[in-house]
Amino acid sequence: MNVQFRPEPSVSTSIKTAIADCDIHPARATKDELYPLLEKRWHSHLETYGIQAYHGMMEGPPYPKAQPNASRRDAWPPEGGPQGSSLSFMQKQLLDPYNVALGVLNPLATGQGLRNQDFAAALCAAINDWQIEKWTSKDKRLKGSIVVANEDGVTAAAEIRKRAGDPNFVQVLLLSRNVEPLGQRRYWPVYEAAQEIGLPVGIHAFGFGGNPLTPSGWPSFYIEEMVGHAQCQQTVLASLVLEGVFERFPKLKMVMIEAGFGWAPSLGWRLDKSFERLHSEVPYLKRKPSEYIRDHIWWTTQPMEDPERRDHLFQTIEWIGWDKLLFATDYPHWDFDEPSRVLPPGVSEANREAFYLGNAKKLYGVA
Amino acid sequence: MTSPIPGGVDCDLHPAVPHLTSLLPYMNDYWRDQVTTRGMTDLVSQSYPTNSPISSRPDWRPAQGKPGADLADMQKQALDRFGVRYGICNPLYGVQMVFSEDMQDAFCRALNDWLAKEWLDKDARLRGSIVIPTQSVEKSVAEIERCAKDRRFVQVLMLVMGDMPLGKRAYWPIYAAAERLGLAVGVHAGSAYHNPPTSVGWGSYHIEDYVAQATAFQTQLTSLIVEGVFARHPKLKMVMLESGFTWLPAYLWRLHKFWRGIRMETPWVDRAPLEIVRSNIRFSLQPVDAPPDTATLNRLFDHMQSDELLLFSTDYPHWQFDGDEVLPPGLSGDLVRKIMIDNPLATYGRLELAKETTP
Repeated sequence: MNVQFRPEPSVSTSIKTAIADCDIHPARATKDELYPLLEKRWHSHLETYGIQAYHGMMEGPPYPKAQPNASRRDAWPPEGGPQGSSLSFMQKQLLDPYNVALGVLNPLATGQGLRNQDFAAALCAAINDWQIEKWTSKDKRLKGSIVVANEDGVTAAAEIRKRAGDPNFVQVLLLSRNVEPLGQRRYWPVYEAAQEIGLPVGIHAFGFGGNPLTPSGWPSFYIEEMVGHAQCQQTVLASLVLEGVFERFPKLKMVMIEAGFGWAPSLGWRLDKSFERLHSEVPYLKRKPSEYIRDHIWWTTQPMEDPERRDHLFQTIEWIGWDKLLFATDYPHWDFDEPSRVLPPGVSEANREAFYLGNAKKLYGVA
Repeated sequence: MTSPIPGGVDCDLHPAVPHLTSLLPYMNDYWRDQVTTRGMTDLVSQSYPTNSPISSRPDWRPAQGKPGADLADMQKQALDRFGVRYGICNPLYGVQMVFSEDMQDAFCRALNDWLAKEWLDKDARLRGSIVIPTQSVEKSVAEIERCAKDRRFVQVLMLVMGDMPLGKRAYWPIYAAAERLGLAVGVHAGSAYHNPPTSVGWGSYHIEDYVAQATAFQTQLTSLIVEGVFARHPKLKMVMLESGFTWLPAYLWRLHKFWRGIRMETPWVDRAPLEIVRSNIRFSLQPVDAPPDTATLNRLFDHMQSDELLLFSTDYPHWQFDGDEVLPPGLSGDLVRKIMIDNPLATYGRLELAKETTP
């Protein structure tokens, strides 16, 4: 968020060592950029009916963003197109100056969250091809995320298996807001397929699933949507643990993306305390809820937790584990975290290396 | 273990309505007739199924009937045992689940009158919360004004999961009435089930609902703060009841960060969220959703950066602790006094007022 206060683009030179950026958002330069990768019938479907998500807007988000496309004002590519749509400008603005050795692409405007499941599946498959064609085949630092028709587990699993062994992809991507909590069985085919092909499942904050954004209905403001992603992610994670997803899929790894991590210890304690009282309701859980979280969950760092006192940050990270954090910038979005300013002084060299690069390389299996 | 000190204020006690028919004497002919003719059932909410382990400590569970339904039990198990000077009654009877605002209003009035007659009249230590029919703000304000004449009512009570986010301007007349009459506004765990209990819909299990209460409190704090409730009503005190509190520091880091980034959207929020919480928001002690080791707890209290936020509560008869371990281990004597006495007295201005008038 530092960019907000420093509108002039400036690039720190203090990060000389390589880093991983585990949350980069690639965009399409033009509306019809996907057409060559998409069956003809969907071209006219798109022109006629548009994108119908689980909210009412035919264009744009229901809560207007703080800036156009929620992006940095200095991130418009010189050749035109929206922020994040130009590989050469992304290289110039992000990958080269920050020495990004591994950049994980998380496309957001895909087929995920659409009401029409056939259209969702077609768009997701096209986006996966597009990630290879436009990004990962052109810059080896970049790796893709397999996006899937999230409400149709069977079709989603087929798309995942289709990409098995493809080195262009390092994870399966879901959004946090779906029609039901992600621990529900309709989503289990996704986890089964991901475990089978050995990729982690990333759950990126955002999306719309048709449910009000709070258990008391719809709030008024964009800031409530943004802060609320942390609450949404907590209920998603609680659902995954309590439904027994990690008992059923013991090798599954998951990444909580852009939803914060400061709340993780408290959620674990609350789950454990409630589990002490109510374990008879979920007898298939063999361990304390916090243990599943400790073993199966990784966390991207942006937007970085930012307490007044840095010892509070370090204590929180110790509760979670230095081996579980994955640095991310969220490029090109407005709340970009600049690598050199994220971690306060006082961190050991080993933890710093794990935070910026080592954990990501290990999790995503990239040398 | 930290020992309680005498003269404290228990800010979260739950007297149980034995059955909907127990409220019949407090309804008019029309509503009595509606309840009986239509064969209406008891209003027990899924938030607290009667036999769920969280709904009652095993050794507090009566041989028959609902936990918390008997005053003598409450006196013996909570009021006398922890030596309190005042105990605030927060009835959790499921009147909020009703969809008709007229019916909700009738049931709330009956519930409040029942509380005054069957509990407050029978033990001078007890104080009450006014349960309001939130589907109608007009009727809510009328009920607040009606009940506030009885000085033993110290708080307005709402559920954390209701019809709309609590900061919405439509609710502001409720807050204006509370501020004017010196009442705190308590927000208690539980849902009216008019919306799914999470922002991604319905989970499968009771334990999910209970864990989700904490996230509901977080979204409500955001709503109350960013809508500007406390800019308009600076003297209003709101109390999060059975909310847990270990989530507060990290929650505030995030809210503060986004407020800094996009406060142009809500320019009337004239103070940092952390400052607003310190001056206007309080939390009941139980449940202490932290591991029971002193070192972690002390770190958490340090992260909260204030010793004025917590108010003593047993959450009677809910099962939050065993034996006499109502206070977490390792609290200093000074903090115990603040939590048990100073903070509640500073929050509930009407606690002491009630002595001056006979109801």
